[in-house]
Amino acid sequence: MRYVLRRLGFFVVTLWTAMTVNFFLPRLMPGNPAIAMMARFHGKLNGQALRAMEVAFGVNAQESLLVQYLSYLRNSATGHFGTSLTFFPNPVSEVVLSALPWTLGLVGVTTVIAFLLGTLIGMIGAWERGGWFDSILPPVFIVLSAFPYFWIALVSILIFSISLGWLPLGFAYTNGMKISFSWPFVGDVLAHAVLPGITIIVTSIGGWILTMRNNMIMTLAEDYVRMARAKGLSPMRIMMDYAGRNAILPNLSGFGMSLGLVVSGAILVEYVFSYPGVGYIMLQAVLNEDYPLMQTLFLIITLAVLLAILAVDAVTILLDPRTRAAS
Amino acid sequence: MNVAPSSAPEMRADGARFRLRFPGLGNLGRAILSNRKAMAGAIMLAIFIIMALVPGLIAPGTPGAELYPPGQGASFDHLLGTTSYGQDIFTQFIWGARASLVIAVVAGLLSTILSALIGVAAGYLPGMPDGILSLITDVFLVIPAFPLVVVIAAYSKSGGNLTIIAVLVVTGWAYGARQLRAQVLSLRNRDFLVAARLRGERTLRIIVSEILPNMTSLLVANFLGASVYAILTAAGLQFIGLGNVNTDSWGTMLYWAQNNEALQAGLPLWAIAPGFGIALLGGAFALLNYAFDEISNPALRPVRGRGGRSDP
Repeated sequence: MRYVLRRLGFFVVTLWTAMTVNFFLPRLMPGNPAIAMMARFHGKLNGQALRAMEVAFGVNAQESLLVQYLSYLRNSATGHFGTSLTFFPNPVSEVVLSALPWTLGLVGVTTVIAFLLGTLIGMIGAWERGGWFDSILPPVFIVLSAFPYFWIALVSILIFSISLGWLPLGFAYTNGMKISFSWPFVGDVLAHAVLPGITIIVTSIGGWILTMRNNMIMTLAEDYVRMARAKGLSPMRIMMDYAGRNAILPNLSGFGMSLGLVVSGAILVEYVFSYPGVGYIMLQAVLNEDYPLMQTLFLIITLAVLLAILAVDAVTILLDPRTRAAS
Repeated sequence: MNVAPSSAPEMRADGARFRLRFPGLGNLGRAILSNRKAMAGAIMLAIFIIMALVPGLIAPGTPGAELYPPGQGASFDHLLGTTSYGQDIFTQFIWGARASLVIAVVAGLLSTILSALIGVAAGYLPGMPDGILSLITDVFLVIPAFPLVVVIAAYSKSGGNLTIIAVLVVTGWAYGARQLRAQVLSLRNRDFLVAARLRGERTLRIIVSEILPNMTSLLVANFLGASVYAILTAAGLQFIGLGNVNTDSWGTMLYWAQNNEALQAGLPLWAIAPGFGIALLGGAFALLNYAFDEISNPALRPVRGRGGRSDP
């Protein structure tokens, strides 16, 4: 119970930090971009919309910084993020909600695939240490993980879309197609997701392989593994149930750290493929100086990462009886 | 492993003490020579350092000069062809190494220093200070760095190299701090540190001359990791146009290539060359890092033959 409470406390503190960064960043920069943006808006918006914007940003000359900060926190917490300039006059929350499913689908699925595959390769690599499998796959993927995501994306477009013409160049589905749950549409969406998906998997898998392989090598030297061997258990069972199950635990707790990196890379992949997810919209917002949208997306991405970490915590409790006993 | 208490400088006669101050460094050099991955990484890095130091010797000329017929393919005159603006891609590629390398080294060094300060302090000062510092570290670790980097860069507009480096350091130190804290915790109660405390050494002196030398390999690994992060993130920022678009760097080359749809326009080398540079430079640091993992942790070293499965 204490463990759960501590994690929830951490969750709240992190989210509060992200919100606070959002509030103070524009105020720390020379010229206060938030106020400059409001000034740009004065002609374009009617009084009510302008007021809504001021509220969302907490910009109000008559109030003290503290009052502005508190009203900003209240508005963020209740989902009042103001109006998007890029997709005017849609509210920011609507724009974000329309982009979120694409990113959750693409990044969520590829992250899980990369984690499972990377863990498996790392585990087998450590088990067959020094063999051909171990000498080829881990080093190759670790070098690949140092490649820029967006460059792998560019090269895969060049090979598979432009030269070979096998897969679409970008976007989430063919322009003009009606969104529905029909086979042609689902197939179209999948075809559009293949290249960005493979790009993310290929570049993020190396990290999982490296940590899993290292953990596994350590675990294989443990007495309980030797005991399992002495008992004559099948190698498969020793690898999966004895060594693997224990070696995966630090990897799970490392999930949170690596997730931020994956999300970061995914933003650039979405940009290269014009994939209409959170990252693509975020860069559109940056180019258009759409600060309300940009800040909200930063908050939403942080929130998504935190939720994923909480989910991983839950899995850890399931896999590791020791965490249950401690709590 | 160089954390063994026997390598503690205080245990030795005075003459040997100076040499042993950073016991890891001598081993490091030998280890690079004996490890194939480290060797490959070191050679790649050396080539990039030469490129960054004397680009004019390899590709004379000004990288930004628009002197040639635009959009040419690779030829003997233009090894990688020319851009849509009539710049020589090979010249731009060679000169671009400097910016990436400088950002990698400076940002890598500064984040390692920050990680060391916070990580060692958290590990060595138990109770409240550790609690607060660890919480800050975890928060920074979890907040997704790139969106934050994008937000900061978007607000600060100008996006010169200094801004980029500052942003990279602020978002890149947490991972190292956490590792270093764990290492300090494991060192805390070793005999040589207990001895130093009992002798009444000042905390600062214990940290600087007793703890840090025993973490050399971890610090080096940290520097390498932070450098890879800096290379990739800076390139990403420049690629989306949040750096200074007039500098000669690989990220900026990619920005212009993407803006002119180099891939569709039949000038793929314009985008491939700088990306390859970033990838190889990042790869060089990553290979060195992978090798240092094996050096600092003997259990991970490659086994000779196929003895991995048999019990020792």
